[in-house]
Amino acid sequence: MPRLLILAIATLVALDASSSNVLAAGPDLGAVQKQPLNWTAIIMFLVFVLGTLGITYRAAAQTKSAADFYAAGGGITGFQNGLAIAGDYMSAASFLGISGLVFASGFDGLIYSIGFLVGWPIVLFLIAERLRNLGKFTFSDVASFRLDQTQIRILSAVGTLVVVAFYLIAQMVGAGKLIELLFGLDYLYAVIIVGVLMIVYVAFGGMKATTWVQIIKACLLLAGATLMSLIVLWRFGFSPEAMFAEAVKVHPKGDAIMAPGALVADPVSAISLGLALMFGTAGLPHILMRFFTVSDAQAARKSVFYATGFIAYFYILTFIIGFGAITFLMNDPSFFKLGAGGAYDKVKDILGGTNMAAIHLASATGGSLFLGFISAVAFATILAVVAGLTLSGASAVSHDLYAEVIARGRASEQKEVNISKISAIVIGIVAIFLGYIFENQNVAFMVGLAFAVAASCNFPVLLMSVLWKGTTTRGALIGGLLGLVSAVVMVVLSKAVWVQTFGFARELFPYDNPAIFSMPIAFLGIWAFSKMDASNRAKIEVAAFDAQYIRSETGIGAAAAHVH
Amino acid sequence: MAAQDYNQLLRSPQFQELVRQRTRFAWTLSIVMLVIYFGFILLVAFAKPLLATKIGGGVTSLGIILGLGVIVSAFVLTGIYVQRANSRFDELTRHLTREIL
Repeated sequence: MPRLLILAIATLVALDASSSNVLAAGPDLGAVQKQPLNWTAIIMFLVFVLGTLGITYRAAAQTKSAADFYAAGGGITGFQNGLAIAGDYMSAASFLGISGLVFASGFDGLIYSIGFLVGWPIVLFLIAERLRNLGKFTFSDVASFRLDQTQIRILSAVGTLVVVAFYLIAQMVGAGKLIELLFGLDYLYAVIIVGVLMIVYVAFGGMKATTWVQIIKACLLLAGATLMSLIVLWRFGFSPEAMFAEAVKVHPKGDAIMAPGALVADPVSAISLGLALMFGTAGLPHILMRFFTVSDAQAARKSVFYATGFIAYFYILTFIIGFGAITFLMNDPSFFKLGAGGAYDKVKDILGGTNMAAIHLASATGGSLFLGFISAVAFATILAVVAGLTLSGASAVSHDLYAEVIARGRASEQKEVNISKISAIVIGIVAIFLGYIFENQNVAFMVGLAFAVAASCNFPVLLMSVLWKGTTTRGALIGGLLGLVSAVVMVVLSKAVWVQTFGFARELFPYDNPAIFSMPIAFLGIWAFSKMDASNRAKIEVAAFDAQYIRSETGIGAAAAHVH
Repeated sequence: MAAQDYNQLLRSPQFQELVRQRTRFAWTLSIVMLVIYFGFILLVAFAKPLLATKIGGGVTSLGIILGLGVIVSAFVLTGIYVQRANSRFDELTRHLTREIL
C-alpha cells in the first residue's frame, strides 16, 4: 500500500511541471493572488495534523473487526456523534461561503443557511431511529433489508458514489484554492496534502479516527467562530441593532442588506433548492453512516438533537461574522485590491474574493495569530469533511458492491475490511486527480447537485422501502434510477453546466435546481412500478414487510454493532 | 421470531398504540417544520417588502427576526421530539419488549 501511495504522489508531482501555464489561465482565484507562506497558520495546522495522526495511530490499533472499521464498534455516544455529524456538515464551504454571502449581500446569506439546517428535524422525525434499528454499516443495508440484495445494493452504492464524487470534487477544488490563498502553497501540493492525509485517516483509522477528526475539528471551528463573533459583538456593546446600523451605513447596498435581494428571484428555483437542501440532508451517505456508530436508536435520536443545536448555533455565528466583516473590513483599504487613486469596490475587490471575508475578519479582530488559527481551522475543516466522504465511498464499494454483490455475502470480514482500505486509497487518488483536472472549472454547482441526487435517489428509495409496505425491488430500482438520472440530466441542461461550463448559448432547463421535478419523479416511479410488479418475488417482498416493520419501529432484533 | 410471533406482535394493542402515537407525532412535527420553512421561502419570494419592514424603530428588519426564528424553531422541534421519545415512546417500547422476550 505505501508503494502505491508514493507512486501516486510521484506521478502527480511530475504532472506539476506541465501545470504552470494552466495555472496562469485561472479565471478568478488564480496564481496572482497566491499569498506568501503563512507560518503561523502552517504551524497550527501541523499541530492539528500531528494530533489527529496520533489519534489515527491509536484507532488503528483498536480497529480489528468490520464493525470497528465501518462503525467505530458502535461505541460513540450520542453527544460525540452529534458533534461529529455537525463536523461532517459544517464544511469550509458553509463557513467561508455563507459568511462571504452575508458579507456581499446581507440577508440573502441567511436564506441559504436556513435551507441547510431545516433538513435535520426531518432526518430525526422520519429516518434516524429506523435507520439505526434496521441497518448495520451503510444505508444500503436498510434499503435492501427485504428487497433484492444485488439490485438494490448496486443502486444505493451508485447513489452513494455519485453523491460522494460530486461532493468530493467541490471540496478538493475548494481546498486547493483555499490553501493556495491561506498558506501560500501551490494548488497541486495543497490537493495532494489533503488527499494523502484523508487516505491515512480512513485507511488506517477507519470510522474511529474519522469520527475523532470530525469531533476535534467541530470543536475548533465552533470555538474559533464563537471567539470571532464575541469580538465583533463586543465592539457594538453586544447590541445586534448597533451592528446592523453600522453595517447599513458602511455597505454599498445600504439598507437593502437587511431584506431579501436577488438570491431568490424565481420562486420555482427557490422552492426546488429548498426541497433539495431539506431532503438531500436525509440522503447524504456520509451523514447516514454516522447513525451506525452509536449503540441504539435512543443514541441516534440524541445525536440529531445535539447536531441540530450545534449547526443552528454555527449558522447564527456565520451571520454575525458576515456582518462583522462588513463593519470591520469595508472601510479599511488594506483588505482590498486598490484601483487607480486608491479607489475600490467594497464587495468585489476584497482580496481573494468574498469567500475570504471571514479570514480577513480574523486578521482584523485578532491579528496574525488569530488569522493563523482560523486558517488552520479552515484547512482542518476541509480535511475532516473529505475524510468522512472517502469512508462513505469506500464502504459502498467494499460492504455493498464487494461483500454483498460480488462475493454474495461469502467474503470474510478481514477481506472486506482490506477491500475497504484499498478503496479508500483509490478514492483518495481519484480525488487528487479530479481536484487537479477540475482546478479551473466552476464547481459551485456540484454541492447543489450532490444534494439534488441525494434527495432524488437515496432519500426516496430509503423512505419508501422503510415506510411503504408495497415497495418492491423493481419499483425501488426503476424509481430510484429515474430520480438519479433525471436529477443529473436536468442539472447538465441547466445554466450552470450547459451555458457556463459547456459554453452553449442558452440553457435547456430553466431552473437552477432539479429537485422539485426529480423528487416527484422518483416517488411516483417507485409507487407506480411497485404497483405494476406482479411477480412472485414482489409478493414475498411485500410479505416480508411485517418483520422489517416491527424491527424498524421497536429495535427488536436490531444489529448491535458493538457486540461483534 | 417465528411468523406467528410477528403476527401476534403486530396485532398487540401495545404495539399498535406505540406506532400510532409515534407516527402521528413525527408526521405532525414534520409538517410543522415544512410549513414554517416553505412559508418563509414563499415570503422571501413573494413578500419582499413585508420582510423589509423595520422592527423597533431601528434598522433590524422583520425578515431577520423571522429567519432567526426559523433556525431556532428547527432546534426547538427536535428538542420536543427527543423529549417525548425519551419518555413516552421509550417506555412503551420497553413494555413491549419485556412482554415478548
